[in-house]
Parts: sequence; C-alpha cells; structure tokens
Amino acid sequence: MPRTIVINPPGRLPLPSRRELWEAREVLWRFGVRDLKLRYRQTALGVGWVVLQPLLSAGIFSIVFGGIASLPSDGVPYFVFSFAGMLCWTLFSGIINRASPSLVSNQALVSKVFFPRVLVPLSSVISVAVDVAVAGVLMAGMLAVTGIWPGWPLLALPFWLLLVVLLASGVGLAASALMVTYRDIQYIVPFALQTLLYASPLAYSLSAVGDDIRWLFDLNPLTWLLEGFRWSLLGLAQPAPWQIAAAVVTSVGVFIGGMLVFSKMERGFADVI
Amino acid sequence: MTSPTSTAPAIQVRGLSKHYQISHDDDRPSTAGEALLRRLRNPFRRTTHERFTALDGLDFDIPQGAAVGILGRNGAGKSTLLKLLTRVAAPSEGQIRLRGRVGSLLEVGTGFHPELTGRENVYLNGTLLGMRRGEIQRRFDEIVDFSGVEKFLDTPVKRYSSGMYVRLAFAVAAHLDTEILAIDEVLAVGDAEFQAKCIDRMRRSAQDGRTVLYVSHQVQTVTALCSTALYLENGRLVMQGDVDEAIELYRTSRDRAVLAPTDIERRAGTGELRITSATVSSPLYRTTEDKTIELVVGSNPSFIGKYFVSCHVNDRNGTTILQCDSRVSGLWLDAGLDQKIVLTIRSPWLKPGEYTVDLFVCSSGVLDAFEGAARFEIHPVLPYEHAVSDEGLASGLVLADFGYERR
Repeated sequence: MPRTIVINPPGRLPLPSRRELWEAREVLWRFGVRDLKLRYRQTALGVGWVVLQPLLSAGIFSIVFGGIASLPSDGVPYFVFSFAGMLCWTLFSGIINRASPSLVSNQALVSKVFFPRVLVPLSSVISVAVDVAVAGVLMAGMLAVTGIWPGWPLLALPFWLLLVVLLASGVGLAASALMVTYRDIQYIVPFALQTLLYASPLAYSLSAVGDDIRWLFDLNPLTWLLEGFRWSLLGLAQPAPWQIAAAVVTSVGVFIGGMLVFSKMERGFADVI
Repeated sequence: MTSPTSTAPAIQVRGLSKHYQISHDDDRPSTAGEALLRRLRNPFRRTTHERFTALDGLDFDIPQGAAVGILGRNGAGKSTLLKLLTRVAAPSEGQIRLRGRVGSLLEVGTGFHPELTGRENVYLNGTLLGMRRGEIQRRFDEIVDFSGVEKFLDTPVKRYSSGMYVRLAFAVAAHLDTEILAIDEVLAVGDAEFQAKCIDRMRRSAQDGRTVLYVSHQVQTVTALCSTALYLENGRLVMQGDVDEAIELYRTSRDRAVLAPTDIERRAGTGELRITSATVSSPLYRTTEDKTIELVVGSNPSFIGKYFVSCHVNDRNGTTILQCDSRVSGLWLDAGLDQKIVLTIRSPWLKPGEYTVDLFVCSSGVLDAFEGAARFEIHPVLPYEHAVSDEGLASGLVLADFGYERR
C-alpha cells in the first residue's frame, strides 16, 4: 500500500525531513558524480588537474613565503608544510566555491522538480572530497619521502576533516540560499575567500605572526583547524584544548546556522528564481 | 479489489490556496546592499507587497486510476496547481494528501545536462524524478527502446536534435513507477507519431491503476487521454467532472470573457499602458473578406520610450492561428498620447468558425495583455468553387488560396 504524503503550508522554519533526505540520497550521489564528470570534460589534462592544482599552489607558496620571504615552517620542509595546509584549504574553499552558485546554476531544476533542495549545495562535498582524497595520497607520498611520521595524532585526521566539511557546508548552504535573492554573493564569496587565504596561517606558520596581531589569528576558526591538520599530519604542536573545543562548537554551529538560513529561504525558491 | 483502501482518493485537496507577493519592480531591492540600506533607514517598516492569489480555496478529490485533465485559460492557475501537487512550490493555505509518490514531467528535459551523454542523463534524470538505481537499470532497455535513440546513447545530448532530446526525456518520465504522474503541456513537442505513442502510454498508465494529471491547451489530447477534468477560472475550481463539459466551459470561457470585459486591473501585464477599447468592424466575416480590428491605447506621460502592439487570433480550440506584431510593419507608438490603431488582416483565409482576439501592448516586457479582447465569426460559406465533404477541409488550420492544373 502506498504511503500517504501530506503537504501543508510551511511553518516558520521548515527543516527537511530526515526520511525525505534519506530517500533522496541517490540524488546527492548523482549530483556529485555529475559535477565530477563535467568538471574535467573537454580539458586536455583531464583528471591531471586534480593532482596539479594543489601541487602548483603549494609550490608557489613555498617559493614566495618560504624562499623569498624566508618565513619559518617549524622545522618541516616548506613545501610539505604548506601542502598540509593546502589540504585543509582545498576542502574548505572548494566546498564554498562550488556550493554557493549551485542553486542559481541549477535553477531550471529547482523550479521544476521536487527533491530536498539542500542536496544541491551539499553535493559539492562529494566532488571536492575526490580532490582532497587525491591530494591526501600525494601528502602520504611526501610524508614517506621526507620521513615525517606524525604518530597517533594521525587518528584525529578524520575528525578535522569532518569539522572543515561542516564549517564549509554551513557557509556554502547559507551563501547558496542567499544568492537566489541577492546575486551580490557571487562577488563577495571569492573576495572573502581570497582574504581568508592570506589571513589564515596557511602558507606561513603561526610562529611568524607578531604578538600584537596574534589575537586576530586566534579568533579565526581556520587557524584552529589548520593547526589541527598540521598536528595530525606533520606531528607539530597540538592545538590548545580551547581551540579544539571552539572548533567543534563553531563548525557545528555554523552548519546548523547555514541549514536554518537555507530552510528559511527554501520555500520561496520556486517563486523567486 | 474491494478493500476500502483502493477506493480512497489518490489525491485529496482541502482549502488549497497559493498567494504570491508581488513587489513592483521600482521598489524591490535587487542587491543585498540596497536591502541593507533600506533596512537601516527604516528599521521598523516592513516592505509593502501586493498579494496575488493564484489559487483560491480549492477542494477536490481525485480517485485512484483516474486520468484527469486540468483545463483553464492562461493564468487560471493550472500550472500553479500542478506545482503544488508535485511539491515544487509550497501552498500558502490548505492541505494536500497524496497517496503515493508523485512523478512529474513539468517540462521535457528538465535535469538533462547538455554535456552528459544520453545514458548518463537517463540515470541522472531518473534519479531526480524519484527512481531508484535498480529501477532505472531494470527499465533501461525499455526506456531506450521507447525513445528510439539507442544509436546515440553515448553521445552528449547537446548534439541531439530537439526531437531526440524530447523523446528521450519523455521516455524516462513515462517509465516512472510512481503512483501519481503529473504532466504539463509536454506533448506540444515531438511529431504526431510520437505524440500518439505518448498518449497511448499514459492511457495505459491510468489503466494500470496509476493516477494521471494532465495540463494542456491542446483540447484534442485532453479528450484522447482523460476521463474526467477539472476546470479552473481565476484561481477557482469552477467544475470537476466530465471531460466534454469541461472542454465546453473552456471553449466558451473566451466568449464569456469578451461579454464581461473583466476589470482592466485584473489583466496581466505591468499596467503602465492599458487598452481602453477594442472593436472588430463586424461580428461576421466571409472567409476572404478583410478583417479590421480597432483598438485604443490610453496614454501615460510618465512612460519613457515607444511601444508596439500585437494581436493574436485564436480558433475555438484556443490554438493561436495568427500573430500580427506591429513591429513587423514598422509601427512604434508614443505613450504620451492616446493612440487609436487599426489593424487590417487581409489573409490567410480563415476557416468557418468562431475566433477570439487577444491584444498585447509591449515594450521591453508585456504592459497589457488583453485576452479575449474581441471575437468574430467566419461565415460557413467556403471560398472554393466546388463543394467537398468535411474531411476534405478538416486538416489544416486555415484555408489556402490554391489551384491545381495539369501540365
């Protein structure tokens, strides 16, 4: 016997039902796969870009910051040091970059077919995860070559990855929903990400930051997460307990916040787009 | 099956309404900065919106296995109703109870990505429409077979002809196993053979106990497919029942709209300019006679720029037979003055029957859409030398001025 679906006017904060999300899990998967397939179609290097992009960025960082500016890298080869940061950054910025325009670029779908709309921005996690996995393999190779072994903190890596995914998805969800009404977001997002790239201890170590502006870095959630990544990957200093606690609270908080913003705006999507 | 569950309605709608907020273009903040600024200036004032009611308190039940046509003129709320039933848009008031999943085919090829191959798109689209991976795999061959594009399965669909595209998209949706299937105006595309195939397919769906909802302007396909119909007018349900009755209502609605020239402000368009009067020179013409339509457009000194007018002539089934756009004849009008415009239609020859006239005033967008502005009839005397039985004239929308000779 088919089950009965009851449709009512949305309440003030209509959260998607878990049952619906679960039933639509294949949509999430298909979207992710579609993005992956499309991304490197009609490119000469194809999947090679997945490998090249993080290598090139880390290379530039080590030349500019390690070579020219001679910033410290806490005793780790500069390239490896910045690559570990790159891993965290690729995940963070990749999700936000892909999630935020996703609703607008899929507007034909959103206004014609029903499925839980959160899946559109969330599916970007899948395609970015592949990039990060490839970069992770490179990272493992580098650790093997340089003989760096972080030891048991490596076990905490999935935890950091999860926090970054939550933080970035929260931002991405809110940005994608807001972009439906305010196209300004498409200009704000790249600018904000670029600012954050330089404002976070990604290409340089926190030890190179002067004491007078250190508090600014302590306020940046990415600092906590980057420190966590380097602790787990390179065996550098463990982040302070308050940083770990703050990272959990912030990531979960931002994710829930993003979900709420999305849900609040969702009911109007089909009417606005 | 005599169990009470099988007789429960597939769709139950109670007190269903949908309102849209329309804010006028000039005072809607379109950028975040503007919205923020306004909020700062008037922190307590809520933006005033005009409320537009697209659907107004609908109540109806649709039994399982029914094929129901939804009829109504443009703007009657048909598509909105379908959007609510398929959950694309949320209702403002009321409740819908659906027994089973709803598969929708709101526009062919929605969810098709041009860069992906036919095969990939079948999977993507099927998933979006609510099919499980296993379901798609099981029916894949059937889908491909129905669409007839097997040779091009591994070609990106951007290289498909529009016909192939439509066929593949329809094939996916037609093989949905949902208990309820909603279809909006898709059969307008594709060749006649494929259309017949689609109708047949949908009719069989209904026979299998699935509920089919069908919105179309093509009266013929509604008659071919549906057993009952809903007729909507201005967002209200006017009748539910027999298809022929609903079609008659739909056909006469144009006439009724002419007889009761609905208040100007209810008409679609921005309203910056309005047609204040429209008259045809005669209620009855001979086929070959010139038809003259005179219209007056009011002035609006604050309207910047020139505008043009367009006239549609529709037959009894609501098919637009002629479109006479004033841009084609180089006519652009000044909004500063009242304008009296006379349109003369010299050819083609119209078939005997009733016609309605829709008039439009446009510049960059539609300023006024006056549907059912006027009507006229064509006298049943044919312009040809020899008489012929009906089937000698039935095909074709207009009559041609032609001749045969032997060489």
